[in-house]
Amino acid sequence: MNIRNFCIIAHIDHGKSTLADRLLELTKTVSLRDMQEQLLDNMDIERERGITIKARAVRLSYTADDGEEYILNLIDTPGHVDFNYEVSRSLAACEGAILVVDASQGIEAQTLANTYLAIEHDLEIVPCINKIDLPSADPERVCTEIENVIGIPAMDSPRISAKTGENIHAVLESIVKGIPAPKDNSSAPLKALIFDSFYDPYKGVIIYVRVFDGKVRPGDRIRLMATGAEFDVVETGFMGAKDLVPCEMLSSGEVGYITASIKSIGDTKVGDTVTLADAPCEEALPGYREVNPMVFCGIYPADGAHYSDLRDALEKLQLNDASLSFEPETSAALGFGFRCGFLGLLHMEIIQERLEREYNLDLITTAPSVIYKLEMTDKSTVYIDNPTNYPENTLISQAYEPFVKASVLSPSEYVGNIMDLCTQRRGVYKDMTYLDETRVEMHYELPLNEIIYDFFDALKSRTRGYASFDYEFDGYRAGKLVKLDILLNGEVVDALSFIVNEEGAYPRARKICEKLKDNIPRQLFEVPVQAAIGGKIIARETVKAMRKDVLAKCYGGDISRKKKLLEKQKEGKKRMRKLGSVEVPQEAFMAVLKLDE
Amino acid sequence: MNKGLYIHIPFCGRKCSYCDFYSVTDRSYLRDRYTDTAVRNILHAGYVYDTVYFGGGTPSLMEPRHIERILSAADITAGAEITMEANPESVNPEKLRAFGDAGVNRLSFGVQTFSDDVLKGLWRLHDGKKAADAIKYAHKAGFENISADLMAGLPFPGGKERIKSDIETLVSLGITHVSVYMLKVEKGTPLSENKDLVSVIDDDVSAEEYETAAELLEKNGIFCYEISNFAVKGFECKHNLKYWKCEEYYGTGPAAHSCTDGKRYMVPADVERYISSPVQDVVYTDEESCGEDERLMLRLRLREWIALEEFPFVREKIGEFAGYGLAEVKDGLFRFSQKGLLLSNALTAELLLERDRYAERK
Repeated sequence: MNIRNFCIIAHIDHGKSTLADRLLELTKTVSLRDMQEQLLDNMDIERERGITIKARAVRLSYTADDGEEYILNLIDTPGHVDFNYEVSRSLAACEGAILVVDASQGIEAQTLANTYLAIEHDLEIVPCINKIDLPSADPERVCTEIENVIGIPAMDSPRISAKTGENIHAVLESIVKGIPAPKDNSSAPLKALIFDSFYDPYKGVIIYVRVFDGKVRPGDRIRLMATGAEFDVVETGFMGAKDLVPCEMLSSGEVGYITASIKSIGDTKVGDTVTLADAPCEEALPGYREVNPMVFCGIYPADGAHYSDLRDALEKLQLNDASLSFEPETSAALGFGFRCGFLGLLHMEIIQERLEREYNLDLITTAPSVIYKLEMTDKSTVYIDNPTNYPENTLISQAYEPFVKASVLSPSEYVGNIMDLCTQRRGVYKDMTYLDETRVEMHYELPLNEIIYDFFDALKSRTRGYASFDYEFDGYRAGKLVKLDILLNGEVVDALSFIVNEEGAYPRARKICEKLKDNIPRQLFEVPVQAAIGGKIIARETVKAMRKDVLAKCYGGDISRKKKLLEKQKEGKKRMRKLGSVEVPQEAFMAVLKLDE
Repeated sequence: MNKGLYIHIPFCGRKCSYCDFYSVTDRSYLRDRYTDTAVRNILHAGYVYDTVYFGGGTPSLMEPRHIERILSAADITAGAEITMEANPESVNPEKLRAFGDAGVNRLSFGVQTFSDDVLKGLWRLHDGKKAADAIKYAHKAGFENISADLMAGLPFPGGKERIKSDIETLVSLGITHVSVYMLKVEKGTPLSENKDLVSVIDDDVSAEEYETAAELLEKNGIFCYEISNFAVKGFECKHNLKYWKCEEYYGTGPAAHSCTDGKRYMVPADVERYISSPVQDVVYTDEESCGEDERLMLRLRLREWIALEEFPFVREKIGEFAGYGLAEVKDGLFRFSQKGLLLSNALTAELLLERDRYAERK
């Protein structure tokens, strides 16, 4: 079969999206006129941050040096750890992966994690050394590193510059030669894997599938094996660079889409198997492990009147992001909002940013939290994702917190700094291996709640940006946890409560009080900022009362200027949250998260 | 009702380091044409005035004949208050007498302080002695209604002691009106570029100096009647009170502001454009002046009591402010306290927000 299904694995900034752009150009999938950078990353946030969030697929056709014409299905994947589930679903639809490594940076933690994932899925790995145009490029060293660390031959791999377009042809050739063709089982009963789905207001849910066995065409009645739901296929087709292109049918080995007037995205679980209702296959494909949110935070509209707008926006985002969860919650301080669950910190930031930008909402976000597992004195077990609901310590017989296995790749000179940081964050050292003379891979076990605030920023600043970091969930462990309450002017602010390890409670309490003091503007009266555990005050700062806020001179009767200034000040006050009698700007909520500065 | 007349004189000997008012330092040769233009505009406007105010800039850089021409062109009621701002270095007894003969009956001197080093630091052209002399000359020339500007919160050490001694000097010179302005760093001024000075300016220090000044002035029978203004009873500036009481005034000259016929407008800050226009161009800054919000904001600058029933929406907040010692309430009347005046922006913004909420509820 002249079909190759592949994905690209790369660390952030190593050039994955640029390479994808070049492949689209060289195969004339997109005309030069329609070309724009990071074509597949069509969300604004993706373009700005240079990352891929959603998996996407596109079909290229390529006439190889052997004179044959090939269909190449590129399934684009996110690189970040938070979107591992997206990576894993893309991998399952492919026979091979291009591993893009930056010729000066070498292998990074995420690359390694994703490569191992690909090897687990039995994918053929085709390395490719990018950015050879950089003065600091050292392709020989990077090839040796790939051979030593991953254990696959790399010396003959294409050395390219996706930026200048140099040697892209070699990449296409190695896809054709290095990645196996899919097996042709078109006479078997239909068995297709859903690797993505999204909601289209006109066509209903569009599911992206990889057909392993059999065929599917419009008019067929399909069954989604996990949910049992059945639908009549309206359209089948494949993914062009910019549009969906309908075709007569999809058959074994192909990648494409199906529409079937599906109303709810809940019916189309990613990882589910599509088969025919009247001639089903015997067994579903293995599918993916269910992804559970790991990080939670409260999201509130800055203006309570926008509560329903926020709900609508979350519902819309969830249509295309099944990993986002949310349910209504109420805070004494912040009013009505939602407790939202995310796969990780980046996922959380991206959802917040999309809510603010795409839906034009002004938000207040509470500190992120993990899920704690508590064995109570009455023998029951409860899970707590909101610190506000954390019960009194006397009711808890044992608290458990989630741990992760973390791997850090870094130049060896920063080992000391990384160890300091991990120790400070209650990390348990596991091992360290030298990838070559100058680079090491370290393994730690860390409590998830120690990395959800600012661990990544702290790591970057301690390694001048050279370290990379990846983690995976590793179960619950017993811990000595306490709830830290924050009081403003004597009143507990529920939205600012934290769960912390007992040992770290004092320094953290002090830092939070300091941060709040610096971020709460002076008020008409003095405001005590206190931290307490179970009613006992353990830290205190004071925001002094405001002394002067006046426009002394009123120049020649320029009243309009004064009025405008007051109007502006009034609008500013509108945006502040009143916690009890204290006005707190939104930044204060975020500032307490960045304690490492 | 009679209006106030404001004439902006845009000439200065030198720009002070902190000043962002409109003035030019190199075009005093335009004074005759400027006077013609002011006269032309005043005749064109045709209002009747019971206060006149020459502001600047440095009005005392004009010749008495200029002032006389302008005053004789305007329709001014008998007994009107006619103020001229003056800088100490630009006056002498003869010139002051001539201004008085032209009709000026109130002088406002830009003293700022009597401390020579500080005056130099502010790029002022006078020293302490010249400032004291100017006030003495004014008395000699027959002026009884004399005001002096002082500055608080200056970025030079010893501010509290300095402002005390400045006030004592003024009292000994028989001053009847004092304006105390807390220094504000305005964008684009030379002061704003001087990071060393800007970094030592402190709101708490300013507030303390202001409160010290207010206390000492009251002790000497010079009472606060507006945030920045203090006077012996009966010597309050009638012209400036028009601003705070939402009364009408007509302004002429580049960068002059007006409030007539329910509208606020200003003349573009360009002296050449001013003198070459038959009638001054204006830019409207507010098509509806003296609304409830504006009246509240302006009235609250005064120490005068305000009836609660006039602004019913403030009741709850004012009570709260009173609890912090920032407002005073009695017999259905309210006003900001001296401490509250210093926070008038924050307090007024709260009250305006309260007004919006009140309107929403209704």
